[in-house]
Amino acid sequence: MIIYVLSLMMAIIWAAITGSATIHNLIFGFLLSAAALWIVRDEMSATGYLLRLGRILSLLLLFFKELALSAWKVAVLVTRRKMQVKPGIFAFPLTVDRDFEITLLANLITLTPGTMSVDVSKDRKFLYVHAIDCSDVEATKREIAEGFERKIMEAFR
Amino acid sequence: MQLVLAILTSALILAGAAFALVAAIGLNRLPDIYSRMHAASKAGTVASGLLLLAVGLQSGDIAVLARALAGFFFFVLTAPVSAHLLAMASLKAGYSMANQSVCNEMPVVNNE
Repeated sequence: MIIYVLSLMMAIIWAAITGSATIHNLIFGFLLSAAALWIVRDEMSATGYLLRLGRILSLLLLFFKELALSAWKVAVLVTRRKMQVKPGIFAFPLTVDRDFEITLLANLITLTPGTMSVDVSKDRKFLYVHAIDCSDVEATKREIAEGFERKIMEAFR
Repeated sequence: MQLVLAILTSALILAGAAFALVAAIGLNRLPDIYSRMHAASKAGTVASGLLLLAVGLQSGDIAVLARALAGFFFFVLTAPVSAHLLAMASLKAGYSMANQSVCNEMPVVNNE
C-alpha cells in the first residue's frame, strides 16, 4: 500500500520537475518510480514507514532552522568591525557508523552554525570538524551529539 | 494580491543579495581558508536559496517553482561537499591554520 502512495508522490514530483502535467507524463512518471522502487525493494521495509517519515521531516525542519541561523551568524560575524575569531579543528567521536549516516551527519554539520566537517578518521571513529569558534569544544560536541546525531539515529534506525 | 507578491519577491531578492554580499565580505575578511569556507558554504547557500525561491514565486507557475526548489535542494547537497573537499585538500597540501586558532586535534597527516 505504502509503496503505491510513494510512487504516486514520486510521479507527481516527476510531473512537476519535467514541467508538464499531462496524463501521459504522469503515467510515465508512475512507471519510472515503480521501477526505481523495485530496484531498492530490499533496502526498505514498509513497517513503521510513516513514523519514520515523520522523523525524517522533523530532521529536515531542524536542518532548515539551523541553516538560517548559521547564515545569520556568519553575517553578524563578518560585518562586525573588530572581528574576533578563535578557529580550530576538533575531533568529534562518532556514534553512527554506517557510511550514509556519516555522510549525512557531515553534510548537516557543514551547514550548521560555526562548524564544518573536514575529514573522517580511517577507522571511522572520529569526524574532524573545523569550528569558527573553538573556545568551548565540549559544548559544541554535546550540541552535535544531542541534536543532529540523535535525530539521525531516530530517523534511520 | 499582485502587490503582496511583488513585495514578497523583492524582499526575498534583497535578502538573497544581502547574504551573497556577506558571503563575499566573509571571504575577504576571515583569516584562513578553513574559516573562509564557512562564509562561502553557509551564507552562499542561503543566498542562492532565497534568490531561487523568489524566481519560483514570481513566475506563478508550479512547475517553475518545483524546479527552483529542486535547484535549492541540489545546492544544499553540493555546497557542503565542495567546502569539505576544499578544506580537506588544503589540509593535505599543508596549509596551516591562522595564528588565532585555539585548538587542533587533527592528527598529523603524512602525504601518501
